[in-house]
Amino acid sequence: MTKSSKHTILKTKHLSIGYKIKKGTFVIADNINLELKQGELIGLVGANGIGKSTLLRTLATIQEPLDGRIEINDILIENHTALDLAKTMSLVLTEQLMSKNLSVFELVALGRQPYTNWVGNLSEEDVSAVKKAIEHTNLTDLKHRKCFELSDGQLQKVMIARALAQDTDLIILDEPTTHLDMYHKAYILKLLQRLAKDTNKTILFSSHEIDLAIQLCDTMIVMTKDKVVSDSPCHLIEQGVFETLFPKDLIGFDKTTGSFRVKK
Amino acid sequence: MKTKHTYSFFILAILLLLCFVVNISLGSVSIPFSEVIASIFGNSNNESWQYIIQDYRLPKAFTAILVGSGLGISGLLMQTLFRNPLAGPFVLGISSGASLGVALVILGSGLFGGIFASLLISKWSIVIAASLGSFLVLLAVLLVSSKVRDTMAILIIGLMFGSITAAIVSVLSYFSSAEQLQQYIFWGFGSLGNLSWNELFIFFGIYLLGILLAIFSIKALNTFLLGENYAKSLGLDVKTSRFIIIISTSLLAGTITAFAGPIAFIGLAIPHMTRQIFNTSNHKILLPAVFLFGAIVMLICDSIAQLPSSDYTLPINAITSLIGAPVVVWLLVRQRKMVF
Repeated sequence: MTKSSKHTILKTKHLSIGYKIKKGTFVIADNINLELKQGELIGLVGANGIGKSTLLRTLATIQEPLDGRIEINDILIENHTALDLAKTMSLVLTEQLMSKNLSVFELVALGRQPYTNWVGNLSEEDVSAVKKAIEHTNLTDLKHRKCFELSDGQLQKVMIARALAQDTDLIILDEPTTHLDMYHKAYILKLLQRLAKDTNKTILFSSHEIDLAIQLCDTMIVMTKDKVVSDSPCHLIEQGVFETLFPKDLIGFDKTTGSFRVKK
Repeated sequence: MKTKHTYSFFILAILLLLCFVVNISLGSVSIPFSEVIASIFGNSNNESWQYIIQDYRLPKAFTAILVGSGLGISGLLMQTLFRNPLAGPFVLGISSGASLGVALVILGSGLFGGIFASLLISKWSIVIAASLGSFLVLLAVLLVSSKVRDTMAILIIGLMFGSITAAIVSVLSYFSSAEQLQQYIFWGFGSLGNLSWNELFIFFGIYLLGILLAIFSIKALNTFLLGENYAKSLGLDVKTSRFIIIISTSLLAGTITAFAGPIAFIGLAIPHMTRQIFNTSNHKILLPAVFLFGAIVMLICDSIAQLPSSDYTLPINAITSLIGAPVVVWLLVRQRKMVF
């Protein structure tokens, strides 16, 4: 199957993001045109404060776009009902959980909320979806542990499992690798890559691990002050897009290794 | 896992029954246990005993159950909604609103003077004033909450409303007679034993509505455990759910304050005690557990408050804190950490 024949899950046209302030608007980025295809792992990179989170929050409907349109499965995002959207898109956010006094199983099971009845009882189908999500993320041994007993890396896996259990076409993760050590950063991103392949879900994440993302992603979205570019990592390297990411005084991008080096 | 909780629920249910029987067996008049049971079913030969049991102790015990469980559940709802372990049913200013209503009736009656004043200070006027007061404060909080998105801001606004009403009460007290002040203070002690069966039925009706709304909110409450953004991404209508939870709390806390006075502590402490014991945040377990636990604690406090076989009755409001606070401290020290 060639890439272009794949179904487009999410599409933005002339999207403009930012904040509404008293007098007019504060635009963070505009004219964003993206196409996220089914089964792809997409990494969003950019410097601190460039608007990665704002973009993800806008796509996740936590925040309203200033202008332009977002389509999910060819339907305008505002025309989806809340429940409909909950079955299409799941999130892993940076915010702390309010309560960690739930078992891993209970927390992952909360991902089934759009499917459960009024009191939230799990059907057999729900239970098997939760179990599958737990297996996919290698959490079976921790199933009955409380979330406050887990390490940051384990908790991040639980949150990913919860998003998986929600059984959506698209999973959006905001900086899933922060606070993790080098091994677990690679582990989480590798896990996302495997999930995209095995479950055919579209996974969009933002990260500062640019070299890891280059190695693992199908597509990358690079945000700079002037524009938002999206392409395969190889093309982006060839076009020299990564060189424009940061000021050039301290670090430089090495095309041969696909990573940043400190300038001597 | 499931069986462990079933076991705990079974024990709590037995305890509730036990506390209920003990509660109606104790009082200033000592009545033999067999006669107590006979009086419940109307088979006692002693008329005054039957009267005491049926028209005083039974309604009082039921009031204790409604007050304990209602305050506990509204406390649980507030703590989850506001993501704050310090929240209780009264953080929204509901109790201060009720106090303001009652203060206006008792302390303000001097301003009207004469026959009108004595008309004002009947029991029903106090109940109506308390309900109206808490309802109006709640209405103000709801109006503000529809404008403000942040849940924490609503919490602060509720506390501000509380301060304002407390200030008005202070000003009113300054201009009141000693007699009026005493009456107001007595209302503040809280009382479970003043309800007739008719009043109890009205109380129960509103209470039931509050409880049903709380049960209806179980799924939303569990979703709120993840935070509001996650809740929204799971398809939950956050605004409506928040509205229903606030309405449920104010129905419960508002009527309880109206009928039994501002009873402190129970709403804050019962959810904590229950979480420490059941060690979960899942509301499907917490809600029924808080219900049972609140009822039990209130019955025990009431049994102690009436100082068995003496003529004195201590203020229930003091007993709940005297008995309850050490228990919460002990639970927290024993577990070494707070479960929330």
